[in-house]
Parts: sequence; structure tokens; C-alpha cells
Amino acid sequence: MASDKKEVHTHKLGIYLWIWTLLFVFSFFSYMVDYLNFQGLLRWSLIVFFMLAKAGFIMAIFMHLYWERWAIVNVLLWPMTAIGVFIAIMAAESYYTFFSRMFYFVVGS
Amino acid sequence: MSQFDISKLPKGQKGFMYDWGSDQRAFKGVPWGKAMMWIFLLSDTFIFSCFLISLMTARASTVVPWPPTSDVFALTVFGVELPLLLIAIMTFVLITSSGTMAIAVKYGYEKNRKLCGWFLVATALGGLTFVGMQAFEWSKLIFHDGVRPWNNPFGAEQFGAFFFMVTGFHGTHVSIGVIFLFIFARKVFRGDFDTGRRGYFTSMKSDYEAIEILGLYWHFVDLVWVFIFAFFYLW
Repeated sequence: MASDKKEVHTHKLGIYLWIWTLLFVFSFFSYMVDYLNFQGLLRWSLIVFFMLAKAGFIMAIFMHLYWERWAIVNVLLWPMTAIGVFIAIMAAESYYTFFSRMFYFVVGS
Repeated sequence: MSQFDISKLPKGQKGFMYDWGSDQRAFKGVPWGKAMMWIFLLSDTFIFSCFLISLMTARASTVVPWPPTSDVFALTVFGVELPLLLIAIMTFVLITSSGTMAIAVKYGYEKNRKLCGWFLVATALGGLTFVGMQAFEWSKLIFHDGVRPWNNPFGAEQFGAFFFMVTGFHGTHVSIGVIFLFIFARKVFRGDFDTGRRGYFTSMKSDYEAIEILGLYWHFVDLVWVFIFAFFYLW
């Protein structure tokens, strides 16, 4: 149905329904992590796994990144490493803050 | 567009080198509006990252226990207390509206005016439902539980500030998205993208690409909620 001068390819309806279902299932599982009261490393790794899976499917299929050329995909994804570095820096910083708070609360200044 | 045939260009890593390698348009097959939306979303990603990273910093460095979000956001249904129920429903509503948006984009490109418009309306209604449930959640926390940005009855005082800031900023994004969804549904029903009618604000002709660009924004709002759900509510 696309006009002659411009080739526009669309995808079958099925793929969107599939991803939709997958997102439902992943959300249900991440809700179950809380409902079944998993704690500690198991809880955090499951939360992050389902989060990244959902984010990946939304970006790849719903936002069509899977079909885009690498020129724009790289522009969008490389800056995420800066966020990763920032997370690492602030995690180290907050543990240090926690340590000094505990230390001075116990020892006194 | 007429200078090259995009299907004949190298793909993958070679395509990446080729596209960036000389004095030419880098984002081939990407309309300028879509490229600009992506750049905007990238900057928005950094804003939300800053919120969530500072949430991590506050939560990891406080010596007072963090409020148990699982119980704070619990709902009692027929005498059974279900943890995080409202948040789970909000998540499903937003994912559903993201699905209808993706389908609206598909029908837009197929120039199926009616279905594209109706799926846009469905998406907007999903967004409205989400904002409505968020208003309910906020009023419950403010009036019933007495949560304030500076203190709350559950634990660490920073909780309120982060709750209002993070979910409020996201809710603002959803509300703006809903407004634009209704505006573009009207444009689609009126046939603006078929007749080349000029936009009221930009005075430019537009195409069904505009629906995909709007879709990028809407999916991004859903994407951010995935991270808020994980880091604020579940963690």
C-alpha cells in the first residue's frame, strides 16, 4: 500500500502482539519476584534481568532500533556506558558516605 | 533520498564505517524529525538516570531503614492485602498502551487512516488511565499516609522527596504524551498526512513519519517506567 516514490516497509501485526505478550509475561515475573518475597542477590539479579529484557524488546521492536542502521544505533547506545560509569562512581561514593556515617556515629567526632 | 538506494549500501559494522566515513548525511533513511526525537530522548535518558542514580546514592548511604515499598504500595482487595498491586496494574496499562502505539505506527505507514487514528485514541486512553491511577496513588500517600517530601511515617526521610520527584517527572511526561496523542489522533482522522495540510504550530507539511516520532516518545515513557518499576518499587 506504500506509494510508489517512497518505499516504506511495515512489519506484520503478529510481531507486535508477540512482543506485547512477552512484555506482559516479563512484567508478571518481575511482580512475582516481589510477591514471592525473594531477597538478596536473587531478587536483585532477577529484577535487573527482567528490566533489561523488557527494555531491550521495547527498544528493538517497538522503537524499531533492530531495523535501523548501525550509524544511529551506535549514537544511541554508546552514551549508556557513561551512565554505567556514573553508577559505579556514585555507588562507591555512597558506600563511603555510609561507612563514614556509621564510623562517626560509633566513634564520635 | 534520491541520491542513494539504502538497500544497496553496506550494513552492520561496515555500514557504520561507511555512513560516518565521509562528508555526507550520516543517518540514512532517518528523517530529521526522527533523528532529533532520538537525540531528545537520549538527553531525557540522562535526566532520568540522574534521578535514579541519586536515588541509589541516597538509599545506599542512609543509616535509617528505607520504607518497605512492597507494603507502602499494597492494596487490600476483598480483605486480602496484595503487595504493589496498583503499581503492577499501572505497569500493565502502560505496556498495553505501548502495544497499541506500535500498532498505530504500523497502520500509519500503511496509510490506514481510521485504524491508525483509533489506535492512537486507545493509546491516549491508556495513558489517561495511567495518570488517573497515579493521581489516586499520590492522594492516598499524601492524605491517607501523610507522606511529605521531608518526612514520612515509614522510614528514611528521603523517600518522599524521591517518590514525588521521580514519579511526578514521569507522570508529567505521560500527561504531555496524552495531549499530543489526542492532537495527532485528530490530525490523522482529518487526513492531514494524506492531504499535506500544514501544521498549526510548525506550518510545515507532515507525513505518517510523525506518528512514528510520536511513538518513539511514547515508547520511551514506557521504557522509563520499566526502570522506575525496577529501581524504585521493586528493589
